[in-house]
Amino acid sequence: MTVHLKQDAPDNRDVLDGTGQGVIGAPLPRPEGLMKVTGTATYAAEYAVEGCLEGVLVTVPVTRGEVLSIDEHSVLTMPGVVAVISDERMTGRPAQGMAGEAPFQPAQEVCYWGQPVALVVADTFEQARDAAKHLAMEWRSEDAPIDPASVETEEDESTLQGDLAHAMAEAAHSVDVVITTEGHASAAMEPHAALAQWNDGALTVHASLQMLKFNRAELADSLGLEEEQVRLLSPYVGGGFGSKLGVSQEVVAASLAAMKLGRPVRVVMSRQQVFQTVERRSETHQRIRLAADAEGKLTGFGHEALVSNLPGETFAEPVLQSSQFLYAGENRLLKLDLARIHRMTAGSVRAPGEAVGVQTVEQAMDMLAEKVGMDPIELRLRNIPEVHPAKGTPFSSRKLAECLREGAAAFGWEPRPRAPRHTREGEWWIGTGVASGARVHFVEEAKARVTLRPDGTALVETDMTDIGTGTYAILGQVAGEMLGLVPDDIEVRLGDTDLPPGSGSGGSVGAASCGSAVFLACQGLREQLAKRLNVGADELALKDGFARWDGGEKALPELLGGEPLECTGHFEPGASTEDLTVSSFGAFFAEVAVNRWTGETRVRRMTGAFGFGRVLNARTARSQCLGGLTWCIGNALTESLLFDPVDGHLANCDLAEYHVPVNRDVPDLEVLLLEERDAAASPIQAKGVGELGLCGGAGAIANAIYDACGARVFAYPMTPDRVMAAMESSRPPSEST
Amino acid sequence: MRPFDYQRAERLEHAAQLTGEPDTLALAGGTNLVDLMKLQVETPQTLVDIGRLSLGTIAEDGEGLRIGALATNTATAVHPRVLADYPVLARAILAGATQQLRNKATTGGNLCQRTRCYYFTNIDQPCNKREPGSGCGAIKGIARIHAVLGTSPQCIATYPGDMAVAMAALDASVEIASERRSRTVPVRNFHRLPGDTPEKDNVLEPGEIITAVTLPAPVGGVQLYRKVRERSSYAFALCSVAAVVDLEEGRFTRADLAFGGLAHKPWHDPRIADLLIGSEPSLALFDKAADLLLEGAESYGENDFKIPLARRTLAAVLCEATGVEP
Amino acid sequence: MAISINGQDYALPQDPRTSLLDFIRGEARLPGTKKGCDHGQCGACTVLVNGIRINSCLSLAVTNDGDEVTTIEGLGTLAAPSEMQLAFVAHDGFQCGYCTPGQICSATAMLQEIAAGWPSDATADLGAAPALTDDEIRERMSGNLCRCGAYANIVAAIRDVAGENA
Repeated sequence: MTVHLKQDAPDNRDVLDGTGQGVIGAPLPRPEGLMKVTGTATYAAEYAVEGCLEGVLVTVPVTRGEVLSIDEHSVLTMPGVVAVISDERMTGRPAQGMAGEAPFQPAQEVCYWGQPVALVVADTFEQARDAAKHLAMEWRSEDAPIDPASVETEEDESTLQGDLAHAMAEAAHSVDVVITTEGHASAAMEPHAALAQWNDGALTVHASLQMLKFNRAELADSLGLEEEQVRLLSPYVGGGFGSKLGVSQEVVAASLAAMKLGRPVRVVMSRQQVFQTVERRSETHQRIRLAADAEGKLTGFGHEALVSNLPGETFAEPVLQSSQFLYAGENRLLKLDLARIHRMTAGSVRAPGEAVGVQTVEQAMDMLAEKVGMDPIELRLRNIPEVHPAKGTPFSSRKLAECLREGAAAFGWEPRPRAPRHTREGEWWIGTGVASGARVHFVEEAKARVTLRPDGTALVETDMTDIGTGTYAILGQVAGEMLGLVPDDIEVRLGDTDLPPGSGSGGSVGAASCGSAVFLACQGLREQLAKRLNVGADELALKDGFARWDGGEKALPELLGGEPLECTGHFEPGASTEDLTVSSFGAFFAEVAVNRWTGETRVRRMTGAFGFGRVLNARTARSQCLGGLTWCIGNALTESLLFDPVDGHLANCDLAEYHVPVNRDVPDLEVLLLEERDAAASPIQAKGVGELGLCGGAGAIANAIYDACGARVFAYPMTPDRVMAAMESSRPPSEST
Repeated sequence: MRPFDYQRAERLEHAAQLTGEPDTLALAGGTNLVDLMKLQVETPQTLVDIGRLSLGTIAEDGEGLRIGALATNTATAVHPRVLADYPVLARAILAGATQQLRNKATTGGNLCQRTRCYYFTNIDQPCNKREPGSGCGAIKGIARIHAVLGTSPQCIATYPGDMAVAMAALDASVEIASERRSRTVPVRNFHRLPGDTPEKDNVLEPGEIITAVTLPAPVGGVQLYRKVRERSSYAFALCSVAAVVDLEEGRFTRADLAFGGLAHKPWHDPRIADLLIGSEPSLALFDKAADLLLEGAESYGENDFKIPLARRTLAAVLCEATGVEP
Repeated sequence: MAISINGQDYALPQDPRTSLLDFIRGEARLPGTKKGCDHGQCGACTVLVNGIRINSCLSLAVTNDGDEVTTIEGLGTLAAPSEMQLAFVAHDGFQCGYCTPGQICSATAMLQEIAAGWPSDATADLGAAPALTDDEIRERMSGNLCRCGAYANIVAAIRDVAGENA
């Protein structure tokens, strides 16, 4: 049986609030937790497969060009080397998220420095790694633009309304500022890995991927196979953050090798290869213009951004995504331009768009509040638009004002205006800052099968992944709430394309989409159970393994009569959000210390308040927000991809020199989850939370730096040198330091 | 990693004999060498494991302290004598790397730690240090972490360590043995400037093995190690200052300073002590010290900031050491 | 010539290039120890060698003969997890789980290091026994990267275990 819903209308029934089991939203531990902490959760490269060969990708030090020949014999005589794979089906780039088709082929056409072009396969990893360094090749190279400022740009997106220039000229107060952000890496802790097996025309690949139904299509298309011939398994994924949305080079290479050799082949990228070949978040060059009347009411809003990508890629970091609706201002100019340059593929890194687009607006808002002489929270509250300022569509639900107010209270916000450099502790200036947060809401088609087993326990199955997001926990909780079961009586199986296709993990779609599929499946099961009892589905209560109705009670095993009962839920996004603006919102508060000498900045505490629809598991949702806040710190202070100006190669291609935050960078973090129901967002009234926590928070840190030391820094990350230079230029002449 | 012949040295003489052969490297803690071998930056044909030699002892040496070459960074940093008498050394070690790395890294290995220059560690990029004559990628490239003092047109790499900076401030000595002779080199002279031979990081010759570092008799005073870095931990220094400072009657009687992150070696300029000793601490004086330090400094765009950063870090350390209010 | 891993002896690898990490994950078939960077830059491969935590990726297995190695599997099992492992579950001290075994090995060793009086970069007074403050925990755990951003919960888990044993 299948229950299908294309959601064309908001669902205000709030079914999960009336079911009564009490597990939905509860802060339950992850069911797979004990496996992860004991090292028994198995990741892609870790399956013990007899006779498995080891493959290592070979990359070329060419920015743009073509591999003309590969001399296999240069390595085939080396100890243990079995084969060199340089098939035309090798992919040089990863697929973009939800592409569903092969990425750019052939790999031998080189578009960025360090592109993988071949695979060396050997008996052992050490043999393969050494041989990969020795593979002789001939190539042709040509000049290539590598600097986004040096090329003609393409317009990707624009919104024009009214006359922003005029509004700026007429404004009582205005801000016009250019802010840059540098490239980011996902830097998931598990390097990209694949273990491929080819048996009788069937390909099975253990891989580390986020969106299996798309990945299966991408891989099949890359290899020239039918989708039915391909099975992908990713029950555990050691972090993705966008870098595993699309099928990446090692998956295709391992598959080709396994198909050619008829033996299992494992390919794990080196950390340097992950940095150099998978995906980057584009650097951005942004101009923000704000025009306001004397009371701080916005009359004009401008946000322009330049981002980059390789030729042929459709993705452009959607910097303006939330700027479209976050703040009012009748005169609007939003414009996104794309520069085609030869750095590795730009794609989705956690919260594409908002992760770099909100913080810049939030810095500009801070500057405007200062000019108006107003508390920055008040300025924001005053400029929350009634409806989408360009489209005129109402908001499905929005907790922005509540997040700002409740977050401020929890944080202990001290009202402004106040002059910076008000507090010093020894060498350290102390200050605080605020920022709004927003992340657009997406859902994606998803299927899940739920089986009530004869013993009254349930099995939830979908090819959905848990990349650390808490999918195992929340899908079990949706099912438990709907079927009246305690979580221990529910098994969740994920990450296998033999199971019904879920949404995949990306764009924060997973919880709302797959949660809805499980919800629908359980609705179907409830209806079947009700039918057996000759009662209406809404007259049936399921709790603690018992079915209860007016006048009766039966334990589930008894009701099931020794037979399993199964239903597949099929959720499809529909028209429910068509005439609405649907987004998650939040507010960020940060306290920083800035060293008066060196500009070193340390975050001392942060508070984040978030409204994202129904909370499905308060513990895993909080953890997602903690992760987001941690990313805010890296985004604000430490993370930056450094590209060589001569050949465009990524210089800091490892975890020693690309600085993701360490434990000591992260202080006490406070998270407020504001309960909300969004009837249009999904049948379970939930929105996404996986990315919201990093959409704006770096701006709160930037604003806190200003409040602390009086320096406005207009380039992220705000490394000691940049803060130091801004302090020097902002220093009153009377001060020595 | 290239295949290599693995040999374990059982005695020091044996180790010295083996490492005197061409394409042979000594392996101690491995935290730097194994890393570089995986990248094929280092490609020894023979690897001599000296890790089991009896060189790990930390012992009294007259009034001073003798730290065996194989004493781990941890062993040194937690040693009661180091904590009591040479706190700048403990501080420097603890500011470096992580506990896991310090548990393996050794005194000798840390002195020989190679640069973190992005071009040195990427064998598909030019680097005169790794491959003499291939050019320097950093000078026109990403030079953010690079040197501003004592650079040459051939190389602008830095020595990346922390421990040796404190040892330079303390005027420690490196004991070196080979088959034929033993010698002692001040830490301040152990590392060299790149000049035309950037492939040579230090004065160690083939067949020579570091056996110990000796610290002179304790001098007391205020001892500080200040490290400026992009993360609050687990990051190399953009600039660091080791300071051993003493004052009597309001005037400097000791001002032993050494700097990390600025040069191909821990930087020590005796003129700074000459300037400071006998003078009353003041911001103006610290500025003059910085003038001396940075005389002849040359930067490469990306690392221009290191010049003001060094000036400010020096002032910060001297203010902290002397109580001068900025 | 053998390496003892969680009490079981394994013959040294044929190829001296084999890292202790690859030896543990490969020859010993104990994949709980993770490879995150292979260069000592992330801490996912942290194990205890003779009770001391190290990055197993930077140790050549041939150099470890006679050593006693403890991996995450040796600290506790599904049936009998350690106190630290349970605390990580209770505090949600992980998300994707990939850095987690290294974090737990590190945390376990770290408490012993504090008990032994080892100072850290966060220790204000080198002459006094280090206190188990949050800043101390954070500094001592900074050799283990977590990209999911579970640090706050990791600190809570460690604080919990340390508190109970204090």
